Amino acid sequence: MDIAKFKPNTVYVTYIASTPEKVWQALTDPAFTRQYFGGFAIDVEPSEGGAFFLRYPDGRVHMSGRVIDWSPPRRFSCTWLVEGMAEFRALPECLVTYEIEPAGGAVKLTMTEAHSWAVPDAILAGGRAGWPAILSSLKSVLETGKPLDIKMAPPEGMVEAVKQAVAAKAWMKG
Amino acid sequence: MNKPSFVYVTYIRSTPEKVWDAITDIKISGQYWGGGCHRNVSDWKAGSKWEHQRNDESGVADVVGTVIESKRPGRLVITWAAPSEAADPEKTSRVVFEIEPHKDDVVRLTVTHSELEPGSDMLRGISSGWPLVLSSLKSFLETGKVVPK
Repeated sequence: MDIAKFKPNTVYVTYIASTPEKVWQALTDPAFTRQYFGGFAIDVEPSEGGAFFLRYPDGRVHMSGRVIDWSPPRRFSCTWLVEGMAEFRALPECLVTYEIEPAGGAVKLTMTEAHSWAVPDAILAGGRAGWPAILSSLKSVLETGKPLDIKMAPPEGMVEAVKQAVAAKAWMKG
Repeated sequence: MNKPSFVYVTYIRSTPEKVWDAITDIKISGQYWGGGCHRNVSDWKAGSKWEHQRNDESGVADVVGTVIESKRPGRLVITWAAPSEAADPEKTSRVVFEIEPHKDDVVRLTVTHSELEPGSDMLRGISSGWPLVLSSLKSFLETGKVVPK
């Protein structure tokens, strides 16, 4: 896979009163992701090329991918393919990268979602709505021990846009 | 002309009133904004001036503007400019704060900073500044402490 083809479309930055090691654990340990990531448990082989999954509570796969960069506690990058929602399964994988940097007495966490094709805004809206919720809750878990109860659903028009992109194989163009 | 915008969304365990007050109250804003080095000052009535002042005796304003719309606790719209550029409409941008009850004890705060000048120091400054300020606001409301500098 040619990582250079992936261009960042969505970036979210949050500062957390924590340590890089704890932020790394929150991103990669299923006991943490279950709390703030829509109930999904991460299941990741901790090395470059390793398998990556986000699983429903019953173990079914919601997301799958491959680890592109595993550099604790600084950088975790993997590909994402949505498997859990039928309409989304045919979409090309995206690339999600977390960067963890010390920032004074706190930690700067940067999430970047990158794509290898010209993704319509109506599809990007999914990540743009979801990441602030997920990462706000992650911050609350690390700072207060308690996640936030946030409703998560695809934004209006997203599923339709995915169906259209899949029908047109929009990523084959240009 | 198409001018860039910056949007930041955060979810906070709080009430809309507390989020509103944290943004607008001189004492509360002075505790977390820029790690306590700035405060927001106005009577927050539509048409009034507002100032983003240094939180010291000088009270020097580093950002100034006008309150366009003020509906506690849901919606605040202000203009935003460096004091030296405040007379230039091209260099005056606009900030909308939307504060919505989300679910139970969770509030969604959306800050939309628009009409920015492409390539400007202001665009660069606010793009790195809002995540820091709003992360600190969230920590302050949820834990009583700011994000350490």
